[in-house]
Amino acid sequence: MARLLAAFLMVLGVAAAAPLLAQEEQSTAPYAYRQLDDPAKEEKAQALMESLRCLQCQGQSIADSDAPIAGSMRSLVRERIEAGEDPEAIRSWLIERYGDYVSYAPRITGLTWPLFAVPVALLLLAFLLLRRRFGGNPEQGGGA
Amino acid sequence: MTETNAAKPRRWVIWLPLVLFLGFVVLVMFGLFRPADRNVASQLVGKPMPQFSLPPALPGRPGLDSKLLTNGKPHLVNIFASWCVPCRVEAPQLEALAKAGVPIEGISVRDTTEALQGFLEENGDPYQRIGADDDGQVQLALGSSGVPETYVIDGKGKIVYQHIGEIRPEQLGLIMNKLQEASE
Amino acid sequence: MIAELGLAALWMAAALAALQLVAGAMGLTARGSSLGAVVRPVAVVQGLLALTAFLCLIYVFAVTDLSVKLVALNSHSMKPLIFKIAGAWGNHEGSMLLWVTVMGMAGGFVALVEKRLPEPTMLATLAGQAFVSLGFYAFLLIASNPFDRLSPVPVEGNGLNPLLQDLGLAFHPPTLYLGYVGLSIAFSFAIGALVTREVGPAFARAMRPWVLGAWIFLTIGITAGSYWAYYELGWGGWWFWDPVENASLMPWLAATALLHSASVLASRNALRAWTVMLGVVAFSMSMIGTFLVRSGILTSVHAFAVDPERGTFILGLLAINIGGALTLFALRASTVTEGERFALVSREGALVFNNVMLSAILGIVLFGTLYPLLAETMGAKVSVGPPYFNPMSALFAVPMLVVLAIGPLLRWRRDRFQRIGRALVIPAILAVAAGIALVAIGGVALLPFLGMALAAGLAWASVLPLRERNLRRTPLPVWGMVIAHFGIAVSLFGMSCESAFNVEKLVAVKVGDVTTVGPWGVKLDSIEPVAGPNWTALEARLLVRYGADGAVTRMAPQSRNFWAPPQQTSESALLTRWNGQLYTVLGGEGEDGRWQLRLWWKPFVPLIWIGGLLIALGGVLALLGRVKTDVRRLIAKDKIAYRHERKAQLRKRP
Repeated sequence: MARLLAAFLMVLGVAAAAPLLAQEEQSTAPYAYRQLDDPAKEEKAQALMESLRCLQCQGQSIADSDAPIAGSMRSLVRERIEAGEDPEAIRSWLIERYGDYVSYAPRITGLTWPLFAVPVALLLLAFLLLRRRFGGNPEQGGGA
Repeated sequence: MTETNAAKPRRWVIWLPLVLFLGFVVLVMFGLFRPADRNVASQLVGKPMPQFSLPPALPGRPGLDSKLLTNGKPHLVNIFASWCVPCRVEAPQLEALAKAGVPIEGISVRDTTEALQGFLEENGDPYQRIGADDDGQVQLALGSSGVPETYVIDGKGKIVYQHIGEIRPEQLGLIMNKLQEASE
Repeated sequence: MIAELGLAALWMAAALAALQLVAGAMGLTARGSSLGAVVRPVAVVQGLLALTAFLCLIYVFAVTDLSVKLVALNSHSMKPLIFKIAGAWGNHEGSMLLWVTVMGMAGGFVALVEKRLPEPTMLATLAGQAFVSLGFYAFLLIASNPFDRLSPVPVEGNGLNPLLQDLGLAFHPPTLYLGYVGLSIAFSFAIGALVTREVGPAFARAMRPWVLGAWIFLTIGITAGSYWAYYELGWGGWWFWDPVENASLMPWLAATALLHSASVLASRNALRAWTVMLGVVAFSMSMIGTFLVRSGILTSVHAFAVDPERGTFILGLLAINIGGALTLFALRASTVTEGERFALVSREGALVFNNVMLSAILGIVLFGTLYPLLAETMGAKVSVGPPYFNPMSALFAVPMLVVLAIGPLLRWRRDRFQRIGRALVIPAILAVAAGIALVAIGGVALLPFLGMALAAGLAWASVLPLRERNLRRTPLPVWGMVIAHFGIAVSLFGMSCESAFNVEKLVAVKVGDVTTVGPWGVKLDSIEPVAGPNWTALEARLLVRYGADGAVTRMAPQSRNFWAPPQQTSESALLTRWNGQLYTVLGGEGEDGRWQLRLWWKPFVPLIWIGGLLIALGGVLALLGRVKTDVRRLIAKDKIAYRHERKAQLRKRP
């Protein structure tokens, strides 16, 4: 969908990013388009890749992007998982370099706490609204 | 929404949607008028350069090892590729910097030897060493999200500055200043 | 010539919208009440003029009139006709014209057929509709004229992005826009009701069919959009929580809540202020969503940065329309009483619960979508994606779905769980059995696990309202509700299955090699070049077989090169079985002569969209039922009026 949006915007003649004409980028990254042999490890890698953001695309994860840098990132993830590294350690390694932008799963930090506070607040608000609506004696609430 | 007190909604609750909407408008105004910054900057600026060792990109030329960057002198590390159009634009500026005696190290990303040779013949070769990052892994280690990017490294191997995109002629002074800062 | 005709029609439509607004507002006063009579005819003509302008635009695109700037920028003479026509709305100006056309037509339609409400409320409603339209007309005429001429005339157009050259484009945006803009009717009804303080069952009954209609289009639009992204993007994903998708989901959530609260208002005269507010919010979400997508501020593609005038203009429009409506709401809502009371355990209670949960999900989607923008004001870049949206929306969706199984069985006003408890035993057993089966299979994550267990119970529970009913006498709206709720169970099952049992295989194969994915054997038979009207492609001929002794079927995914504009796309090939879909994509050629294939076996994935269509079908049945009742009531009214007249006439005779 993001790429469709990109396409839409390009149609509008407003895409700021100039399309690269010379697309001869050739990656030898071994695991860009190759899965790990161990299905359990591949599953772990896939889950992580789906939650990492491609740095050159519009709102796509590296798991569903054809951009070469996404290929390099997939390879990085798979190689490190293969070497036995913990998925969250790999995520932290990338965040150390690219900031929170690279991860689709926001951590709870001084910057992102409202993302988690709002659902809690909504939950409370919903509870209060429902309680006030039906509060007290349920028999009494039934009176028309 | 109260039923017990009065059959009317509370006053402040009624204004809540409007207040939230006004907040949205303010937020979006900011979004519309803020300068467009699409770059994802490396978080490693101000931190030591990660350790890496890249094989030579060209036969007969040296590769690039991060240890070489800690020889007490500031360096430029230029991430480039033959397939990258803006890299052609910045080539004259790199040439000028090299002539001024700035040591420039190259990292070629996702490239091939032949294409690289053609590119250097056409656009000049300001590099002391070129490391081949064919898998793009060192690019990721440096927190670089595109090509070209140029890092200013001080003599102890600390990243002082990251320049995203091509170095334009008018930005030469900026780069020289950053190099000056790095050598202090 | 045709372009000028279109422009003239657009100007006249704008002028009539102004007249409609003034006459409608004057008609409400004592002095100008005679002016009120022109409002309805003006609304109809205004809609027809907007349609004329839109047809003119389609015409210039169909004949590729390159002297029109928009055509030259977005079309190409070498394109198939269907994509030339679809190209008319595949751009900013054209889509805005589609927007005002739908809005004008909807307003005209309401003016023509809606006779139940008191006339002042109708005048206020149509004036409100004209007010919103007028803003969009001004936007089109001042800041994005679709009929601008170009001089000198270019030899050839720029073409349409290949990703958009698809039947999906022909249907997806118009459907979604019908939904978005259809909600403007609910918005205007809410304004009308607030102005005249006529918030009651009659208002809800009048508004309900329009909301239903818009909601049906939104449902179809979202379903189609999801399927389009699924097969077009070539990675098998069907929902990305991307700002564009969220922009279409938010009005849907609001409209769904509105549908349910309107039915409480219509049947029981309760939830008055809440329903009016949802009417305002639903269309506001359409406008906000469209603005966020069109402005590109969320995707960091600064669409309006090229032309800040447009961004500011449309934001101003939003501020006036939504801000004005919410102010009116705040001023008037305190005079609108909440209406009849009811107990927690009652049909209304369940519907209130559904409304609160839907609103909470809406809040989370909106907040999560906007948060990256908010973070940027604090100088940081963050991404909010599926790992956030999935669990957070499930937090509210799961309790809502549980109540969805129970609510339709409850009586209005007050009920007891003991009365319906026995009916729910089977759904509960089904849910638990599904849960046990999944634990036995193992390796299923929490959300898909909950999804499948809930879907199993809900599928049974959703048809329970039909028990003890004579099926032939069951009203259509009840059938609609049952089918829509069943559709939710179906869709939920598809989503959960896809996420739990999806099998992926990435391989590099030589011609003649055989590989497997899930239960499928796949052989690369050959790679052939093929040519289309404006593209050439490499096509992989695949022979696939399900299991060891299934029939061999051919599949042909392509890697396409378009030449106007030059771009490469991969066209996936899909094979559907009753229990899932095989998804194949042809990648690039490696140096060793191997071809990259991406293969997925996705069990039960089509249920996602089949469920979506069932939900829409439920809406259609409910709409038919409502319209039938209304028509019957009108006829009955006419008959009564006729009888009265006859009696009066008879009495006059000596």
